Amino acid sequence: MPGLIGKKIGMSNIFTDDGQLVPVTIINAGPCPVLNVMTIEKNGYEALQFGFGTRKENRVSKPVLGQYKKQNLTPAQIVKEFRNFNVADYKVGDSVGVEIFTQGDSVKVTGRSKGKGFQGVMRRHGFGGVGGTTHGQSDRLRAPGSIGASSYPSRVFKGQRMAGRTGFEQVTVQNLKIVKIIPEKNIIMVKGAVPGAINSIVEINK
Amino acid sequence: MDNLKEFVADQIKTDLPEFNPGDHIRVHVRVIEGDKERIQPFEGDVISIRGAGISRTFTVRKISSGVGVERIFPINSPKIAKIEVLKQGDVRRAKLFYLRNLSGKAARIKNKAK
Repeated sequence: MPGLIGKKIGMSNIFTDDGQLVPVTIINAGPCPVLNVMTIEKNGYEALQFGFGTRKENRVSKPVLGQYKKQNLTPAQIVKEFRNFNVADYKVGDSVGVEIFTQGDSVKVTGRSKGKGFQGVMRRHGFGGVGGTTHGQSDRLRAPGSIGASSYPSRVFKGQRMAGRTGFEQVTVQNLKIVKIIPEKNIIMVKGAVPGAINSIVEINK
Repeated sequence: MDNLKEFVADQIKTDLPEFNPGDHIRVHVRVIEGDKERIQPFEGDVISIRGAGISRTFTVRKISSGVGVERIFPINSPKIAKIEVLKQGDVRRAKLFYLRNLSGKAARIKNKAK
């Protein structure tokens, strides 16, 4: 399943051919230069290494910059590998864009969700909170309740779900339909929401 | 955000007449029955216009055989073939939801003085 690197631009609506108004996320996908071609002989697996965006030359370490210079490429902001391309068709320096997608395709989009900060168990794990405020009980509405038994085991089990930093983790949304493609602007529109904030980097896989 | 608008700009209609809440309008709606398409008019008072850009909608209210019927249209919908403004109403509010509580003579909207 080939894929691309993109940048989330935002959400809007669009009318389909049958007049339905559907919510879409607009993604600026590619064009991604091929930075490296991984082959079975050389690397043991097949993949294409894509770059996205640009990085200032003084922000790149000299050995890495040398690699770019050798291929006459400019340093990329993000580098990711994508499998399931027919690697024989591509060579270093090629540019791959939205033409690998067609309207109606189902894609999965991977990104980093928005950070929510330190959140309690209700927000973080969907706990129900502790019952009512009767029998003298107060300040317990959003509490986690019991976190384990007492003298045995005398400890809290590993993996016990508790409050903590929430969000800003990798999230993949599957089965998003491509509603529209604007090739001249490198734009694809997928139905529904995509993880991450506006301008965050996402990975689109067919 | 301006960037975002540019990608849906081609979906926004520019050929529709201007109308306001309180106006009496006729909306020509494309209806698809089987494989045939015909135009069905929906006539009534505009009681609300909300939203911006592509998601802008308006609500039309009419009394159909004694029952109040409201329909919400996305303004840019390709299903709207045409909009005719029949009367311009003189109202003091942007949202005319109070009409729902009125009936008969009280629910009339004054014509705008030319």
